[in-house]
Amino acid sequence: MNTSLETSTKTLSAKEPSWLAERRSAGLDRFKNLAMPTARAEEWRFASVGKLSIDNFNPVVAPSSATLDALTERSNLVSDRAGLMVYVDDAPANFECIGPELAKQGVIYLPISEAVEQHPDLMEKYFLQESTELGSQKFFGLHAATVKAGAMLYVPKGVEIEKPFVNYYWTSGGRAAVFPHTLIIAEDNSKASVVDIFFSETKDNEALNISVSNIHAGANAHVFRKVVQDWNEKTVSFQLDTTVADRDAQVKNVAVNIGAERARFENQTRIKGAGADVKMYSLTVAEGTQEFDQRTYQTHKAPNAVSDLLYKNALLDNSRTIFSGLIKVAEGAQQTDAYQTNRNLLLDPSADANALPGLEILANDVRCSHGATTGNVDKEELFYMMQRGIPQRVAMQLMVFGFFEEVIEKIDSEELVENLRQLIHQKFSGKIS
Amino acid sequence: MNHSIEVKNLHVSIDGQAILKGFNLTIPKGEVHALMGPNGTGKSTLAKVMAGHEDYIVESGEVLLDGVNILGQEPDEISHAGLFLAFQYPMEIPGVSIANFIRAAKQARLPEGEEINAIEYYKELYAKMDALKMDRKFTARSLNEGFSGGEKKRCEILQMAMLDPKYCVMDETDSGLDIDALRIVSEGVNLMRSEDRAFLVITHYQRLLDYIVPDVVHVMFDGRIVHSGDKELAKELESKGYDWVKEAFATASA
Ligand SMILES: Nc1ncnc2c1ncn2[C@@H]1O[C@H](COP(=O)(O)OP(=O)(O)OP(=O)(O)O)[C@@H](O)[C@H]1O
Ligand SMILES: [Mg+2]
Repeated sequence: MNTSLETSTKTLSAKEPSWLAERRSAGLDRFKNLAMPTARAEEWRFASVGKLSIDNFNPVVAPSSATLDALTERSNLVSDRAGLMVYVDDAPANFECIGPELAKQGVIYLPISEAVEQHPDLMEKYFLQESTELGSQKFFGLHAATVKAGAMLYVPKGVEIEKPFVNYYWTSGGRAAVFPHTLIIAEDNSKASVVDIFFSETKDNEALNISVSNIHAGANAHVFRKVVQDWNEKTVSFQLDTTVADRDAQVKNVAVNIGAERARFENQTRIKGAGADVKMYSLTVAEGTQEFDQRTYQTHKAPNAVSDLLYKNALLDNSRTIFSGLIKVAEGAQQTDAYQTNRNLLLDPSADANALPGLEILANDVRCSHGATTGNVDKEELFYMMQRGIPQRVAMQLMVFGFFEEVIEKIDSEELVENLRQLIHQKFSGKIS
Repeated sequence: MNHSIEVKNLHVSIDGQAILKGFNLTIPKGEVHALMGPNGTGKSTLAKVMAGHEDYIVESGEVLLDGVNILGQEPDEISHAGLFLAFQYPMEIPGVSIANFIRAAKQARLPEGEEINAIEYYKELYAKMDALKMDRKFTARSLNEGFSGGEKKRCEILQMAMLDPKYCVMDETDSGLDIDALRIVSEGVNLMRSEDRAFLVITHYQRLLDYIVPDVVHVMFDGRIVHSGDKELAKELESKGYDWVKEAFATASA
């Protein structure tokens, strides 16, 4: 990948402002100079790093217009929306821009390349400025060097938008590498919600994803981001997400993880302002030989703030999950409420859930808790359900939905909830013979 | 052949310990049989073995439903064959609502590709809840989670009514019910009594049998039936206690 990389980074940089060219070349350096992760590194503990090869993926060949149209057609999980962007192999397929009302209020919703051209100051301030510090710095570098697809949402002070912005990132071609980016800037007292959806065109187009998402929530801003990751099981995926929350900001993240062969998910929350409240919810269905590797970091740098994390994983077959979470409360961050919970439900005895919860607290007046539990399906519950005529796999599916309910109920859109249930259901129905 | 439920010379053990020791029972269609007996004699074991619980080792014997041996089948297959077990201790299933649970159970009985009619389903569900004097709000609650003992038992009978089984095994459905609930639940069961249904009612209390009047009463002791009689036998047991059974029958048959 390296040889073509230099040229593609150069081609991208040629038309871009110098600050961006510098960020790209710094990214490229990081990518080249940092070593591939090894299982010995704490940040990669339990992960099958040997299987994380990012070689042999191609810079993307532009998909045919028929493919773009077909996938735009399939980009329909959320119909009531403020805007929509569809990318296929990082090529733009569809863009429903915002209406005149929002434009008049100063809202910006643009593909990142256009945002760089039209709003260079904003982009210089926010674009590629945040990254996770959880082990994937090398991959963030690659993302920075090559990113060209993605959505930028800017909501000015005091503007409240109820309907979500929906970003679809598809893969389609043979061994395509994609680098989608979602940048959300919510100014003080604003309100916005975003849905990011990661899908594959077919069951077997191999792909590499290195996506980045950054949320910047200003004072008293309300941001709600939902992520649906349903890559096919031939995809290696890195999702590197950050949230920066200023004073009294309220940010909610809900992630639904269904797909990919290996999915590394890093989520870093920085509480920068007092009184902020950040929620991180995630649910994962792992099957076959899938591996979901989740690393989270909640840092509190300001007092009176709340961060609450709940990650629930249901595991079938020989699948694996790794949850490693750290809460760090800085010295001055008194009256912090920080919680971290990881719950794993093993539906098959051969599945493997690993948990590494952690706390590092330098303030003395805080409420923090962390905990991880892993349980098997209750055999008596299963017997009870099967006695009613419900086949074993269906019973397990009901249990999984029951297990997920407390996360699913956080999602405010009936339509999206119904569509997510359908996606999870499909994942199971492949197994119900 | 009109024999509905036949249990033939059933020997069952768990962890190497024999629990059912040559159990025999025949319930013809249309009849209600009561099974009584001291704690730990194996009544619930029998019920669970009939329903296909995998923990119990069947050493020998058969359980026939209309002549077909169901031992060795999966619990869902036995359910589809028409057997319903109202549990002595119903399980709590967090996050699964009553409405969705019963719906899944009914859906599982439909041929591939056929979907349950939601409107008709709810109509039936509400009608049956009304008959059992269950608050309709219960449909959205997680199955049995946080239910009182009596509410759980009522919910068992609701499921039984909704699934329309041919062979009903009720394990101490009366325990935990107050007087009113006992009457309501019994009425629900009596409505289901019919020519082509067989009931096995496990109970400790003669009182239930005033409401659900049995055709035959069996007394179980140490893994097998030691005595059978008509409904008067239940009254006799209530006044004389099980010691009388032990003395009169257990030693004789041992
Ligand atoms: N899963 C099990 N593991 C070990 N022993 C068991 C198990 N299930 C039942 N037993 C034992 O088998 C015997 C019969 O139990 P069972 O529950 O069938 O009795 P019962 O007649 O239903 O009693 P009760 O009237 O108290 O409900 C008891 O000694 C019990 O401890
Ligand atoms: Mg019992």
